[in-house]
Amino acid sequence: MTEPVLALRGISKRFGEVVVAEDLDLTVAPGEAIGIVGPNGAGKSTLFSMIAGEQKPDSGAISMLGRDISSLPAQDRTRIGIGRTFQIPRPFEGMSVFENLLVFATSGAGLHGHAAYTRAAETGERVGLGDVLNAQAGSLGLLARKRLELARGLASDPTVLLLDEVAGGLTEPEVADLVELIRGVQQEGLAIVWIEHVVHALTQTVRRLACLAGGRLIADGDPFEVLDDPVVREVYLGTTLTTEEDTA
Amino acid sequence: MNTPNSLLIRRSRRSSNLSFVALGLVAVGLVMMPYVVYQSVTSSMVMLFVLVIIASMWNLLAGFGGLVSIGQQAYIGIGAYTVIVMADLGVHPLIGVFFGALTSAMLALPTSWLAFRLRGDYFAVGTWVIAEVYRLVMIKFQFVGGADGKSLVGLSGLDPVMRSALTYWFALGIAILTVLGCFWLLRSRIGLALTAIRDDEVSARAGGIDATRIKRIVYLVSAAGCGLAGGILVVDALRVQPDAIFSVSWSAYMIFIVIIGGIGYLEGPLIGALVFFAMQQFLAEMGTWYLMLLGVLAICAAAWFPKGLWGAFSQKTGFRLFPVGYHVAQRFDTPVDSRAPLFRN
Repeated sequence: MTEPVLALRGISKRFGEVVVAEDLDLTVAPGEAIGIVGPNGAGKSTLFSMIAGEQKPDSGAISMLGRDISSLPAQDRTRIGIGRTFQIPRPFEGMSVFENLLVFATSGAGLHGHAAYTRAAETGERVGLGDVLNAQAGSLGLLARKRLELARGLASDPTVLLLDEVAGGLTEPEVADLVELIRGVQQEGLAIVWIEHVVHALTQTVRRLACLAGGRLIADGDPFEVLDDPVVREVYLGTTLTTEEDTA
Repeated sequence: MNTPNSLLIRRSRRSSNLSFVALGLVAVGLVMMPYVVYQSVTSSMVMLFVLVIIASMWNLLAGFGGLVSIGQQAYIGIGAYTVIVMADLGVHPLIGVFFGALTSAMLALPTSWLAFRLRGDYFAVGTWVIAEVYRLVMIKFQFVGGADGKSLVGLSGLDPVMRSALTYWFALGIAILTVLGCFWLLRSRIGLALTAIRDDEVSARAGGIDATRIKRIVYLVSAAGCGLAGGILVVDALRVQPDAIFSVSWSAYMIFIVIIGGIGYLEGPLIGALVFFAMQQFLAEMGTWYLMLLGVLAICAAAWFPKGLWGAFSQKTGFRLFPVGYHVAQRFDTPVDSRAPLFRN
């Protein structure tokens, strides 16, 4: 059996009384795409922060391809192949789109010179920002910022990419473009963990869905079975859980 | 399949090439100064060069590294004292200035271990305290004159006019080297990382940048630059006085210059230093009013031109004297879909 690209073992994290993770286990196989749903405040973004090394869990271990990375700082995790996007895009506002990508291609993917230029431009073109490569990132609208987040994640040449609500706030046609894009890179062998409230975007992309609530994964498996799970429905009661059938 | 070799990245634009010619002419003009103007003019301009150096260093530190230090006078002082001590040992003062840069950088390393444990406001106050500690330690040493300071030996034999011109050229040379050094640093890989850190440190770390390492490099570079400035001051004044050389006013000048000129722009400290120097020359006899005017001006600049004079100008015109960015001059000529996938694992 191949080593999981990402393995979380017994991760716990609390902020005072608020439990955001409690003895949480999660394993991601190479090339696998996993969706994570859960009510607001369930700890989804904190989970990503812990995987990406921005925050430390109170206890538990994280390993990548069999190597314990629990003590690695964020920048080193990017370098060894954990890419991430921020829920609220955090571009380098004073730099151009191309320069944003170049940072990830050089410091993240470890490329130099023309190879770095090529990767930066390629990822920019790939997400549809080819026309605005020279534009100042701070001048971009929401859709372009979301695309830039995704492109930056791709530019660092990850083995696993953490997507944090990249479809939130987008129109339906925009979501459709995004889904196609993410399916494309996943089919090239990139493992994806995708937190999303736009559930139909997930169900079109992933074959495995987990629901995070109260710091635990209360369901994990086939997307449609998870969504039909009474416990999951219960947790989501009063929040907007819509599948494509519901909105149609 | 076509290889995407048609991608073309430019580091400079035609307007910047012109501006480089203009800057070169200005530099030549400045070099000729001692032959055409009175000695009093050139000797007062040494201060302008010192201001350009320390402001450029503070801009690197605060404008890019996000390290708002108000203790850089520590390294001005260390640089100055190094020249004094080296001269006593028989080293020519102009050579000693470079040793001043070295000592400052060397002492900045252990200082950074201490200061980098502090964040934001605490870092600012902490650096000031550290600078005071350096001053207090320095005045304990009688061989450098204690609290009275000490005179510089080694330049006394020179003809005063010649010495004045020499100091002027030396200060000019170091100022040009400092500005070019900043330009080179910002164009390099470190500069790309530094600019990213300037915009968003968390995001920069997510991009694989070791922000602490980059900041430490910038802190050391900035200490070395301030060491050079301190050396020039001592070569110019021929003596060092601890309260003056370790004065927090230096930090006030750096901050004022960078805020007025434009923080985060290489050109900012140049413009700011010119403005500050002009005010110093024309308004110095106004005494306290001069300082109040400085304060009001800084507040107005911060309120209406948060990016300083150069920032406001640059955002309107898109003009940069020192192009440090990457411009995509030509995109791939093959459509995106026909190219190799991004992931080949």
